[in-house]
Amino acid sequence: MTASTTVRNRTARSYRWRVVDIVVASVLGVACGFLFIAWNVGYQGPSNLLTPVLPGIQGLVNGVWFIAGPLVALVVRKPGAALYGELLAAVVSALVGNQWGATVLVSGLMQGIGAEILFAVLGYRVWTWWSALLAGALAGVGASVYDLSLIPGLAGYYAGSSPQFAVVYLIAQAVSGAVLAGLLAWVLVQALARTGVLARFPAGRARRAG
Amino acid sequence: MIAAANPVTRFAVAIGFAVVLVISVDPVSAGTALLLGAVLLPLAGARVRPAAAVPILVAAPLAALTIALYGAGGGRVLVQAGFVQVSEGSLVLALATLLRVLAIGLVGLGLLGAIDATRLADGLAQLLHLPSRFVLGALAAFRLLGLLGEDWRALALARRARGVADRGRIRRFAGQAFALLVLSVRRGTVLATAMEARGFGGPGGRTWARPSRLGAPDAVLVAAAVVVLGVAVAAAVLAGTWHPGSVR
Amino acid sequence: MTAAALTARGWGWRHAGRAGWAVRGLDLVVEPGERVLLLGPSGSGKSTLLKALAGVLGDDEGAEEGVLDVDGADPRDVRGRVGLVLQAPDANIVLERVGDDVAFGCENLRVPRDEIGPRVDAALAAVGLAVPQDRSTSALSGGQQQRLALAGVLAMRPGAVLLDEPTANLDPAGVVEVRDAVLEATAGATLVVVEHRVGIWRDHVDRIVVLAPGGGVLTAGRPGEVLAAEGGALAAAGVWVPGPPPRAARPVPAAGAPLLTGRALAVGRGGAVVRDGLDAAVSSGRALAVLGRNGAGKSTLALTLAGLLPPVAGAVEAAPALADGLGRDPLRWRSRDLLPRIGTVFQQPEHQFLAPTVRQELAVGPRALGLPDAAARVDAVLERLRLAALADANPFTLSGGEQPRLSVATALATAPRVLVVDEPTFGQDALTWAALVDLFRELLDEGRSVVAVTHDEDFAAALGAERLVLA
Ligand SMILES: Nc1ncnc2c1ncn2[C@@H]1O[C@H](COP(=O)(O)OP(=O)(O)OP(=O)(O)O)[C@@H](O)[C@H]1O
Ligand SMILES: Nc1ncnc2c1ncn2[C@@H]1O[C@H](COP(=O)(O)OP(=O)(O)OP(=O)(O)O)[C@@H](O)[C@H]1O
Ligand SMILES: [Mg+2]
Ligand SMILES: [Mg+2]
Repeated sequence: MTASTTVRNRTARSYRWRVVDIVVASVLGVACGFLFIAWNVGYQGPSNLLTPVLPGIQGLVNGVWFIAGPLVALVVRKPGAALYGELLAAVVSALVGNQWGATVLVSGLMQGIGAEILFAVLGYRVWTWWSALLAGALAGVGASVYDLSLIPGLAGYYAGSSPQFAVVYLIAQAVSGAVLAGLLAWVLVQALARTGVLARFPAGRARRAG
Repeated sequence: MIAAANPVTRFAVAIGFAVVLVISVDPVSAGTALLLGAVLLPLAGARVRPAAAVPILVAAPLAALTIALYGAGGGRVLVQAGFVQVSEGSLVLALATLLRVLAIGLVGLGLLGAIDATRLADGLAQLLHLPSRFVLGALAAFRLLGLLGEDWRALALARRARGVADRGRIRRFAGQAFALLVLSVRRGTVLATAMEARGFGGPGGRTWARPSRLGAPDAVLVAAAVVVLGVAVAAAVLAGTWHPGSVR
Repeated sequence: MTAAALTARGWGWRHAGRAGWAVRGLDLVVEPGERVLLLGPSGSGKSTLLKALAGVLGDDEGAEEGVLDVDGADPRDVRGRVGLVLQAPDANIVLERVGDDVAFGCENLRVPRDEIGPRVDAALAAVGLAVPQDRSTSALSGGQQQRLALAGVLAMRPGAVLLDEPTANLDPAGVVEVRDAVLEATAGATLVVVEHRVGIWRDHVDRIVVLAPGGGVLTAGRPGEVLAAEGGALAAAGVWVPGPPPRAARPVPAAGAPLLTGRALAVGRGGAVVRDGLDAAVSSGRALAVLGRNGAGKSTLALTLAGLLPPVAGAVEAAPALADGLGRDPLRWRSRDLLPRIGTVFQQPEHQFLAPTVRQELAVGPRALGLPDAAARVDAVLERLRLAALADANPFTLSGGEQPRLSVATALATAPRVLVVDEPTFGQDALTWAALVDLFRELLDEGRSVVAVTHDEDFAAALGAERLVLA
C-alpha cells in the first residue's frame, strides 16, 4: 500500500535530521550553554588553585565546556550533531555575555569540530563509551589548537605561553575532555535513556531492546 | 541606534571586534579599542546590566595574573620561584590580556546585551540564509529553556510533595538538576510535535511574517566598528606592538 | 481553503513499548465540512487518532496498520492541511510573543507576508484573546493559552481542524465562549472535536462518533438519535451523556475537628500577591471546594495550604491533630513528614513524576516513609483507579486522562490526613469520575479531609463540599 512504501522511504534517509532531532538537539545545546555560563564563573576557583601546581594543568577543569558536542551527538546520532550542539552552546554563552565575548564562537567551533571528526571517522556508526571518550578528548585537542594560538593569524587565550606549558595544557585538556565531556556525556545519556525520554531516539531504543 | 540595528549586524560586529582583537596580544590595540568602545557604545544607546559585567570584571585580572606569573615573556626577569617567572615581557603580556578581556567582554556585552532572540533568528535565516529548520528549532528551544527558573521552582515544590526532598543538599541538587534536564528533553519532544502540527519542517521553504532588513543604523554601526578597529590597529602598529598570531 | 476529507480503513496504531493497540480496526469517513464530536473513555485512543490525522505521529513512535488518509494522501505528506490543537494547552506554544506564535503556522504554509498580519488579527479576535501581540506567551493563564493555541491553528485556515479537549481547562463561562469562537471560526472547514462532556457540543455537531476501548467504533450517528437509542450503553462505557451526574450531590456534613486553617492569607509567588484576604479551614470528614475563574489564584491558594508555598501574609496553621507532634507551620515540616499529613496533587502532573514506570511511581511515597506494606498499597490503588493494566507503562506516555489519575493515586498511596487536589476530574470519563467521587467520599468518611480545586460544580456537590469561590 502507499502508506508502507512511504514509510520505507522515510527510514532510508536516516542521515536527514527529523524535526524532533533538531528540536531536542537544540534543547540540549542551549541547556549546555546555560551550564557553560555557570562554569564561566565557577571554573575560576579550581583553575587558579591548580595553576601553581603545574602551569598548564588548569586545562583539567576545562572539559565541562566540551560536553555539548558529545552529548548531542550521542543522543541524535546524525552527521553534524556534535558541531551543532557545541556551536549553539557557544552562541548562548556569547549572547548572555562572558569574559571572552564572541571569541567563544571560535572555541565552540574548534571543540565541535574535534568531537565531530571522531564520530565521522567511525562512520557515524559507533556510539559506545569509548567513542564518546575519544570524542571528548578530541574536543579538548580542538580547543587547545585555538587556545595555544596554533591557528595561523589568531592569538589564542594562552598566546605566548612556553612550550612546556603548551604540552601540559594540551594533554590536560584532552584528558579533561575525555572524562568530563566524553564519559560524562555517555553516562548522562544512559541515565536519560533509563527515564524513557529518549524513546524517539536510537539511544533510547538500543536500551529498550537490550 | 544599537537597538535600531539588525541583531545580525550586532552579532557580526561583535564577532569582528573579537576576532580583530585576538589577532595580536598587545596592550595598545586592546586598550585603544576598550577606550573607544567605552565612549561610543553608551552614546549609541547600549545598556549593560551590571550583573552581566561582574564575571568579566572578575575574570580579567585573574587571567592577567596567570599570564604574569607563568607567561613566557622575555626581557629582564624580575622574580623567579619554581614555575613562576615574572619578567618585563610577561608583565606587558599580562597588561595586554587584562585589556583584551575587558575590551572583548564589555564591548560584546554592549553589542549583544538585550538582543532579541526572535529577531536574531529572523535575520540569520533571511539575511544569512542559514537553514531555517535549525534556526527556528534553536529559537524554540531557547524560549523553552528561558522558563528553566520557573521549572526549577516548580520541581522543588513537586519533589517536596513527593517526599524526596530531605536528602543532603548535594544529592538533592543533583537529583533536581537531572530532573530538570529530563523535563527539558521531554518538553523538546512535545515541542517538535507541536511544531509539526503547524506545518513546520515540510519540504520547500517558508515565508516570514517579520521582514529582516538592513538599513542606515546597520551601516553606521559597521562603519563605527571599522573606524574603531582601524584606529586601534594603527595605534598598535605605530607603537610597534602589533604582532599577529604570536607574541613577538 | 476547501474542507478536507478524513478517512480511516482498518486503521490501527500501537505505541512503541506497549503490548496493546491504542486504536485498531478503525473504519471511519469524515466528509468535507462535517462536524464530528469524537467520544470514548479515557485511554480509548482519541488523542492518538487526532495526532495520526495531523501527520505528527512519527513512524518511529509505534506500529501502524491499515490506511489513514487526508484527501487521499498520507497525512504526513500534507501536514498543515489538517490543524491540530494538542491536549495540554501549554504544549502548543512555540514562540516567545503572542503575535509571532500565531503567525508561525502561516509562515510554514508559505502564506505571503502581506496576508499573515490580517490573518493573525482575525484569528486572535475570533478566539477572544485580547492581549497585545507582543505579550509574552509564557505570561498567559491556562485559559488564555488554550485560546492562543486555537488562534494559531485557525490562522492557518486548514481544511480540517482537530481539537483535543479544547475546553477542559476553562472556567464554565470560558467554555461557552471558546466553543462559540470555534464554531464561528471553523465555519466551512471539517471539524473533529474530542471532549468528554457531550452537553457542550451536542447541539452543534452533525455526528457523534464513539471509539470503543478495544478498538473500532462503538457507535456513530446523529447526536440526538445516538443519545436516545444508546445512552445507557454509552454511559456504561464511561461516556458523559447529558443528564444527572453519575453520583448525586450530598449534604455538607457538620464541621468535625479542625485540621488545617489559613487565616487572613495573602497568597502569591515570589512575593507578588495574587489574592489576599482569604480564610480557609478544613476539618476532619469535610471537603473544601475552591472554585473560581481561570487565573483567580486557586492553585496558588492550594499550594499555600499544602505547606509548599509560603504565604505572602497571614498564616497557615496545622491543628495538633494533624501536626501530630510537629510544629504548627506545615512549611517547616520535612518533606517526609508532609507525606502522611498533607498530600498534594498538582494541576500539571509533569513536574511530579519521578519514576520510569507507573508501579515504581506509586511506590515512591510509601518507600520514602519506609512503610512495610508498600507493595500491597500500590496494588490497591492501581486497582481502585483502574491503572492496573498500565502498571509497567512510563508515566509520561499515559493519556491526558490517565496522567491526572496516576497523580491522584500517588497521593493516595501514602494515605494523608489532608489531601489537596488540583483539578482531579479534569479530562476524566464518567466512570473514573464516579470512582474518584467514591474514593474521596471514603476518605472523608474515615475522618480525613479533602481540599479540591475544581471547575466542576457537580464534583464539589457530590463530595458535599463547603465552597470557597475566588471571584
Ligand atoms: N507516547 C505514548 N507511548 C506509549 N503509549 C501511549 C503513548 N500515548 C498514549 N499511549 C497509550 O495509548 C492509549 C491511548 O491513548 P490516548 O492518549 O490516545 O487516549 P485518549 O482516548 O486520548 O484518552 P484521554 O481521554 O485520557 O485523553 C493509552 O492507553 C495510552 O496510555
Ligand atoms: N509559577 C508561577 N509564577 C508566577 N505567577 C504565576 C505562576 N503560576 C501562576 N501564576 C499567576 O498567578 C495567578 C494565579 O494563578 P493560579 O494558577 O493560582 O490560577 P488558578 O485559579 O489556579 O487558574 P486556573 O483555573 O487557570 O488553573 C495568575 O495570574 C497566573 O498568571
Ligand atoms: Mg487524550
Ligand atoms: Mg489552577
